[in-house]
Amino acid sequence: MFLQIDQLNKHFTSSKGNLVVLKDINMTIAQGEFICAVGASGSGKSTLLRQIAGLDRPTSGQVRIDGIPVTAPGPDRGMVFQHYTLFPWMSVQDNTEFGLKLQGVPKRQRREQASYYLSVVGLSGFAKSLPKELSGGMKQRVAIARALASEPKVLLMDEPFGALDVHTKESMHEFMIDLWQRTGITVFMITHDVEEAVFLSNRIYALGARPGTVRKILTINLPDRSHKIKRNSVFHDYRDELMDLLRKHGQEATATLAA
Amino acid sequence: MMTNSSDSRSIQSYIKPRTMRPTVFWRLAEDIPKPLSTGLMIASIALPLLIWWLVTTLGHIDPKFLPSPGKVLEAFGRLWSTRELLKDTVASLWRVGVGFLLAALLSTPVGVFMGSFPSIRALFEPIFGLMRYMPAPAFIPLLILYLGIGEEPKITLIFIGVFFFNSLMVMDTVKFVPKDLIEATYMLGGTRKEALTQVILPHVLPGILDACRINLAAAWQLVIVSELIAATEGLGRRISVAGRFLRTDEIFVGLIVIGVIGLSFDLLFQYLLRLTCSWASQKR
Repeated sequence: MFLQIDQLNKHFTSSKGNLVVLKDINMTIAQGEFICAVGASGSGKSTLLRQIAGLDRPTSGQVRIDGIPVTAPGPDRGMVFQHYTLFPWMSVQDNTEFGLKLQGVPKRQRREQASYYLSVVGLSGFAKSLPKELSGGMKQRVAIARALASEPKVLLMDEPFGALDVHTKESMHEFMIDLWQRTGITVFMITHDVEEAVFLSNRIYALGARPGTVRKILTINLPDRSHKIKRNSVFHDYRDELMDLLRKHGQEATATLAA
Repeated sequence: MMTNSSDSRSIQSYIKPRTMRPTVFWRLAEDIPKPLSTGLMIASIALPLLIWWLVTTLGHIDPKFLPSPGKVLEAFGRLWSTRELLKDTVASLWRVGVGFLLAALLSTPVGVFMGSFPSIRALFEPIFGLMRYMPAPAFIPLLILYLGIGEEPKITLIFIGVFFFNSLMVMDTVKFVPKDLIEATYMLGGTRKEALTQVILPHVLPGILDACRINLAAAWQLVIVSELIAATEGLGRRISVAGRFLRTDEIFVGLIVIGVIGLSFDLLFQYLLRLTCSWASQKR
C-alpha cells in the first residue's frame, strides 16, 4: 500500500511519568485517497501527523511511504501547517519556489514549476506579492502550492483551515475537492471539524482520546461534492454517526480521567 | 432566571451607561492627525530652545553658569574655525566606529548561534548574563593597567560595553523565529544549515539591525566616558577640559554635537531597517 502505518506507538516521558499519546495505530492508505483523521483534542492527531512527516520519531512502529520507511522530514511529503508558515520576506513566487531551490532545481525550471502550481491554486496574479498582503485563505493556498511544487507523494495537512472564517473555509473546501480531483494527489489531513472531514474525505479515521487510538474507519460515499451536499441527509447521517462516536469516546475519556 | 433588582447580590446598580468624550490629543494607542503630530514634534525641539533663550535673555544669569544660545553658537563657530571641533569629533567617531563594529561583527554570529543552538546557549548564556551586569566603565582601571592609556583601552571599553548586550539581544530575536518556519524548511527538503542561513538569518535581520541601533547609543556614551579619563582629543575630552576652564559655552557645544551625531546614527539605522526589511513592518 502507498501510505502504511504499522503498530505505531508514541509515548512522552515527563517528570510525571509515561504518557501514552498514540496506541497501536494501523493505517493503510491507497494512492489517490483523501483521508481525514478526526478526533477531539487529546486524540494525538497532531502527534500522528508529525510521525508521518518525520518531524518526530515514534516510540515503536513504523510509517512507510511507497514502501520506504520514514526516518526524517523530506520533500516527498508536502506539508501544510495549521499556522501560516510562508516566509514573510519572500514573494509568493519565491515562497513557492523555495523547496525546489533547496533541491537544487535550476532557476528557469523552478520558475516554471512554481508558476504552474500558483496557477493551479489560482494565484498567478499574486506572484510578486508579499505574504502580508494576502488574506488567510490565500496564504494557505500559497502554502499548498509550495508543498505541491516539489511533487510530493502525499500532501499532509494539519488543520489547515482552522484559522479561517466560515465562508473562506467553505470555499477552501471546494477548492481542495477540485484540486484533489484534478491532480489525483494523495491527501492525509487531520481536523477536529467533523463536517469538514465528511465533505472532503473518501475515508475517515475516527480517533479516540487518551490514548489516541483508531476507533472506527468510515468510508464516505457522497453522490456529489458541492457545498449543497451539506444539506443532504446522506451527509447528515455520516456527520451524526461521527459526532456520536466522538462524543461517546470523549465521555469515556473524561470518565477515565475522573476515575 | 433573571435576578430581581432588589436582590442584595445585584450588581446592576454599579453598571451605568457610559459615554466617552471624543478627543484628539488624548487618543489612546490610536493615530493622531498628521499636522498635529508634526507640530508636536517641532515643538519638542523648539520649545526647550525657546525657554533656554528666554531664560538667558530675560533673566540675569551668569553666562559662566548658563550661556545663551547665541553664545553657544559663537563658541561653535570658534571651535569649528580652529578645526578643533572637527578633530575631536573625528577622534570620537573613530573610537566608536572601531569598537562598535568589532563588537557587532563578533556578537551577531555569536548571538545567532546562541539563539539557534540550545547547546551553544547553555555554554555562553550564564557567563554573558554575568558580564552584562558588570558596568563597562568599572573595567577602566583594569584596562589602563593592561592596555595603557592609548586608543586600545578606549576601544576595548566600547567593545565590552556592546558585545555582551548585543549577543544576548540578537539571541532573543532568534528565539522568536517561529518553530513552524524551521519545520516547514525541513519538510521542503532543507538541511539544518540551510534553515539557519536561508530562514533564520533573513528572519532575524531586522532584529539584528534594531539591536545594533540600540547598542550604538551605548557605544556613544562609553566613548565619552573613556575620554574623560585620559585623552588628548575627542568630544568627551573637550567637555572635561571646558569644564576645568569654566568654558560653559563649549560644554554645551560638546553636548549638542554628541546628541546630534547620536540621533543621526539612530535615524540612519531606522532608514536602513525600512530599506532592507520592508516585509517586517506592519504599517506603511
